[in-house]
Amino acid sequence: MPKVVFIALDGAQRVVDANVGESVMAAAVRNGIPGIIGECGGNCSCATCHVYVHDEFSASVGGANDMEDDLLDLGVADRRDTSRLSCQIKVTEDLDGLTVQIPEEQ
Amino acid sequence: MDAGTLIVGASQAGLQLAVSLRDVGETGPITLIGEEPHAPYQRPPLSKAYLQGSAELEQLWLRAPEVLTGSDISLVTGERIETLELTDGGPSGSARTKSGQVLTFNRLALTVGARPRRLEAPGADLDGVTYLRTADDATVLRGLQSDAQSVVVIGGGFIGLEAAAVARAQGKSVTVVEAADRLIGRAVAPVVSEFYRAAHFRRGVEVRLDTRVTCLAGEHNRVQAVELSDGTWIPADLVIVGIGVVPRTKLARQLNLECEGGIVVDRHARTSNPTVVAAGDCTVQPHPLTGRGQVRLESVQNAISQAKTAAATLAGQSEPNNSVPWFWSDQYNLKLQIAGLSGGHDQHVVRGDIEGEAFSVLYYREGALLAVDAVNQAGDYMAVRKALTQGATIPAEAAADSSVALRELIVPQAVGA
Repeated sequence: MPKVVFIALDGAQRVVDANVGESVMAAAVRNGIPGIIGECGGNCSCATCHVYVHDEFSASVGGANDMEDDLLDLGVADRRDTSRLSCQIKVTEDLDGLTVQIPEEQ
Repeated sequence: MDAGTLIVGASQAGLQLAVSLRDVGETGPITLIGEEPHAPYQRPPLSKAYLQGSAELEQLWLRAPEVLTGSDISLVTGERIETLELTDGGPSGSARTKSGQVLTFNRLALTVGARPRRLEAPGADLDGVTYLRTADDATVLRGLQSDAQSVVVIGGGFIGLEAAAVARAQGKSVTVVEAADRLIGRAVAPVVSEFYRAAHFRRGVEVRLDTRVTCLAGEHNRVQAVELSDGTWIPADLVIVGIGVVPRTKLARQLNLECEGGIVVDRHARTSNPTVVAAGDCTVQPHPLTGRGQVRLESVQNAISQAKTAAATLAGQSEPNNSVPWFWSDQYNLKLQIAGLSGGHDQHVVRGDIEGEAFSVLYYREGALLAVDAVNQAGDYMAVRKALTQGATIPAEAAADSSVALRELIVPQAVGA
């Protein structure tokens, strides 16, 4: 099982086991990671699963898709180059160890 | 000893209420009890990804059971509360389950949800006539659908249309029968209803409006055909009934709580007995944006925001639920996103390309922005949601120009407007 690392504001790390094919948001919510809400269940409708992807993974994760881009633009407080909605990042074996930071507010 | 908080109903609202109570610092026992045999899970995918077979139930869990245990939330599944009593008017009291177990509580929350309205027609109890509310319903339907050839969907609301889209994508012959003169009539304006009729028609679904199912017939207790109100018979080896839901109010009535089309709550999620809170599909509440009139909102968004409000109320904090309602529906490659409530609108503005299946409709009353229905136009949806959240507006005359992004048109509401 690939692992995903979530880094909270205070620097605390939580590592969760994720299933290949599910989204980073789904793995976070099921495991009760604070700060990842995911109200819409991964439908790109709520913009409450915003994360910053760590630099070393940003190339393999890729950029936001068109719909996600609109949500990030209008729905998140502090958008950066590494911003993604974690419901739109699919877990793969290659992303084992993926590290994302949780923003201050959703 | 603190008997703690009892939350009756372990779905989206109940789970959120439990989690939010911990978030606001509640340290006493929390018991979350539900009659389904499963840990709390997401319902919306049941008529979408789960029905298609592209998700399994564990992937739909709202929290892994061990995460609830870690938060010291006791989850009881497969148990139905049959009777509730309050001691001296509350907040404490006791509950009795169907199996005879008695649970005491110091505080009570009702998140009991709604049940599908049953079809009343001769033959409605034949095998192959299905409903779609629970994971077990969806599992049954998923199995039946793989063998079915001709699917009749009774009811042209969101559940019916999503199920129709899945069946059609699997190559079934699909007919949608709707008693009203348009689809999704309770939630969207006629222009959007007509779009969905045409979109389903283009993909090969037959849509029969102004039509009722008068009778279902079959052999060996298995449905084979349905008779429509115009006298025609259509073959059906699978019938999916999606004609709305009825809020569950039995337990609330035992406590003499006011019920009128649902359990009546105020903006703090308090029932007519202010020591008892309720949240989710089972409630009717003041309109969250205007405070005028009572609405019943069947949505994930409402379940979550009302449950958070209820948790805050139980914790002695005062936070009225005034969040902007939003909703989505996936059918084929069409993503409908709704922000706000369009009921009572006197004007609408269409942007984009209806024929090209990418457009949005903004709704206004006396010039004030109420809501948006956006199909494959996430930017318009988010712009309206943002405007409503900020108490801002988007002038109707400006919004009609599709060449300008809506986000550029958000302006603060004039004072006194």
